[in-house]
Amino acid sequence: MIFTIAGKELKALFASPLAWVVLTFMQVLLAYSFLRRLDDFLQIQPRLIRMASPPGVTELVVAPTFATAAAILLFAVPLLGMRLIAEERRNQTMVFLMSAPVSVTEIVLGKFVGLFAFLMLIIGLVTAMPLALGGGTALDYGLLASVALGLSLLAAAFAAASLYVSSLTAHPLVAAIGAFGVLLAMLLMGETAGDSLRARNWPVPAALIQVFSPLKNFEPLAKGVIDTYAVICLLLLAATLLALTIRELDGRRLKG
Amino acid sequence: MSAEPGAATIEARGLTRKFGAHTAVKGIDLELKRGEVLGFLGPNGAGKTTTMQMLTGNLAPTGGAINICGIDLLEAPVAAKARIGYLPEHPPLYREFTVDEYLLLAAKLHRVPRARCREAVETSKRRCGLANSGAKLLGTLSRGFQQRVGIAQAIVHGPDVVILDEPTVGLDPHQIREIRSLIRELGGKHSVILSTHILPEVEAVCDRVQILHHGNVVYGDTIAALKRSRGGSAVLLGLQRAPSLDTLAAIPGIAQVHAVSPVLFRVDFRPHDDATERLAAQAAKNDWGLFQISPVHTSLEDVFVQLTRHEEVD
Repeated sequence: MIFTIAGKELKALFASPLAWVVLTFMQVLLAYSFLRRLDDFLQIQPRLIRMASPPGVTELVVAPTFATAAAILLFAVPLLGMRLIAEERRNQTMVFLMSAPVSVTEIVLGKFVGLFAFLMLIIGLVTAMPLALGGGTALDYGLLASVALGLSLLAAAFAAASLYVSSLTAHPLVAAIGAFGVLLAMLLMGETAGDSLRARNWPVPAALIQVFSPLKNFEPLAKGVIDTYAVICLLLLAATLLALTIRELDGRRLKG
Repeated sequence: MSAEPGAATIEARGLTRKFGAHTAVKGIDLELKRGEVLGFLGPNGAGKTTTMQMLTGNLAPTGGAINICGIDLLEAPVAAKARIGYLPEHPPLYREFTVDEYLLLAAKLHRVPRARCREAVETSKRRCGLANSGAKLLGTLSRGFQQRVGIAQAIVHGPDVVILDEPTVGLDPHQIREIRSLIRELGGKHSVILSTHILPEVEAVCDRVQILHHGNVVYGDTIAALKRSRGGSAVLLGLQRAPSLDTLAAIPGIAQVHAVSPVLFRVDFRPHDDATERLAAQAAKNDWGLFQISPVHTSLEDVFVQLTRHEEVD
């Protein structure tokens, strides 16, 4: 049932021009930044060779490209996810799903999986670019896998956040702006609060705050370090936001 | 899957719904048997839609119990919902889907086995007069066709109970007739609950009627009983060579005679005494030139207006 709903969401995404615009925009921007970095890398390569243990192409070109992708997703995911629930409420189509023999959990997970599948398509396209270099040079596949995992988990957390905000309003645009605000707030909180707590030697609150700073958790993975706590934090954030969405929709049935 | 005819498909007891301090539905009892069409009638804001939303699991009741084919809707919502088809007031259509895509999605969501989905979609399309519209986008369909798609998605999984919230609103008279005959046809296999504030619609398609007012059931009986108890208490009589009103009033069983025009009279009978036959015999014997005699039915409209106005006086 989850996949039926996910399929419906994917179909709705591809029926709107927004998905195609976002796909095109991301691909053009990332291809440009990737080729630009590759060009720079080729120019400094002669000097790199003289170093004792020089950084490779994966470290200098591929990882920064993924970081750019993460920054673009910060804007793109709220736009892609804004319609998920808000538009169904505005068009009064939520009844269609709510009267079908599916649970609220299945509806929420289905919508999440639909958006996440679309984001995985974007991440797949981003990963395809460095893989194309694999024929000509030795790539650090471990680092590539780590950074792709990081981006996927980050996308999952972003998707869950925009799904939750979409469940709070009946206006898709408000949902998009709201979700962007939430992601930005989490970003700033992770930067400032996390660091200052750690500076005051309060490790437990700092560790707790880390759950709500997805970009902070992406950093170690982007460097090829599979930090278990960071992975758990990203998964926990996505799960928390999905649980909140289920609660919100269930509450709507009770409140009316 | 389907229960034997005559078994209850919906059983609701003491259904109550509060919105804050306001009670929209006050302890309604409702029972529907297989093959029955129940008309849900009431002025705007009487609680029709709220009741339907509760019966379909879209709204949790504040109090009361709902059984769908013996399954408790609140205990096992998924199993119970599989037996219901629901058309809300606004058909919940995804504008970017074609009729086929949308109905296929509805069939899958209602757990129709994958191998039978296509067949189910074709059947419901045929029943709703959509056989040639499969490839059309829902957003481009006219209001009448959108309504048909709305009904098609409610019956695609062959539910035991079909719940239709004002299915003929905004349709032209021709479409209304088609939808009504479709509802009658549905009543044969499924149980149907139909909400409306169009009174002739209920008389045309329903077996039973419940009139709701301020969240209470103020009247509930079969249409046949309604006609029996209200019909035959008066006739409209047409006479070419009419005698005086007193002569007519003197016939046994007649309470009152009222001249509508020089040749047309409204004759009220005494309660429980149908004097139609005596009237006809007298007219033939005395050569009054009888050309019309027709019973005046107290329509549902009269009952409705009486009941709902009565409440307001309280």
